[in-house]
Amino acid sequence: MASAATYKDRQFLAVIGDEDSVTGLLLAGVGHVTDGPDSQRNFLVVDGKTETSEIERTFQNFTQERKDIAIILINQHIAERIRHTVDTFTDPFPAILEIPSKDHPYDPEKDSVLKRVRRLFGE
Amino acid sequence: MSGAVGREPVFPTRQSLGLMKSKLKGAEIGHSLLKRKSEALTKRFREITRRIDEAKQKMGRVMQIAAFSLAEVSYAVGGDIGYQIQESAKQARFRVRAKQENVSGVFLPQFESYTEEGVNDFGLTGLGKGGQQIQRCRETYARAVETLVELASLQTAFLILDEVIKVVNRRVNAIEHVIIPRTENTIKYINSELDELDREEFYRLKKVSGKKQRDVAQADAEILAARQKAAEKEAENDAPATAAPSTEETEAPDVLGEQEDTDVIF
Repeated sequence: MASAATYKDRQFLAVIGDEDSVTGLLLAGVGHVTDGPDSQRNFLVVDGKTETSEIERTFQNFTQERKDIAIILINQHIAERIRHTVDTFTDPFPAILEIPSKDHPYDPEKDSVLKRVRRLFGE
Repeated sequence: MSGAVGREPVFPTRQSLGLMKSKLKGAEIGHSLLKRKSEALTKRFREITRRIDEAKQKMGRVMQIAAFSLAEVSYAVGGDIGYQIQESAKQARFRVRAKQENVSGVFLPQFESYTEEGVNDFGLTGLGKGGQQIQRCRETYARAVETLVELASLQTAFLILDEVIKVVNRRVNAIEHVIIPRTENTIKYINSELDELDREEFYRLKKVSGKKQRDVAQADAEILAARQKAAEKEAENDAPATAAPSTEETEAPDVLGEQEDTDVIF
């Protein structure tokens, strides 16, 4: 059960996406870099050269280690690459939101939450 | 069905019968309450599911528009601004705050977006050219992120409700199919045992009263026999008395006196 303490401090959005999506969302003002020597960004730019393991590590970092992230926005085609990790993460916090990107139109069939919706209603 | 669930390990006493009866009553009340809770949550859940579906469609459109405005920006600036923006992002301007909403005892979080005033990392972005486009793009993206935040709170509510509904339904089913039949079974068992005890008790009482009757009859018979004996003895004594009537007549006034005495006492 989500108690107040688990989400009281969560105030940032995190982004894992391709360059355009990240740029756009940063323009909206979601970007945050923590102070100090071990400064952490709350966004990750994924291009063709980014390793899947790095995406996965960032995802784990956002979901497990950082306690100040309320929502993770992830491009759907990137979520596809770490589908297993995304699907096995079922905690309510942080909320995982799959967003479409410029090159990849949104496909509701692949969304992990919508899949659950469909399954619940037996479609 | 009811045979399969067994019964509780209790002694068949009247006290445990009372306990079981109150337990059954409690289980029935709890069942109806939980059922209602589950129905309320399911109603809410369906509504949220429908809204998620809508919001996801809306998100697709909004993100498309936002991507287009970003394309406008790169056209106007005439180069890639991604790197510059990533480097100049320092403090989040757009933040969310979580609130709670109570739906039949379940706390559903709701994200609410707000802008941190006085933080502007991109003051110099687009200073050369394309400033207007960048401004517009920022507004478009801010609106898009608002939609996303809304969707995220719906989605979180969805996940929590899903979990809670599962738990509540499990409880409802456990009460309906395990606890109530088992308690009913126990009550039935205790009742049958008590009936059995009652029958035994009745039989025992019957036996006792039969024995008592026999004893009384025997005692009566003994008394009767004793009286007969006494009567016979008297008869034997009477025989010589008739032989000497003179003595009896002398005693006669005494006997009368005695009779008077008893009358007075009476």
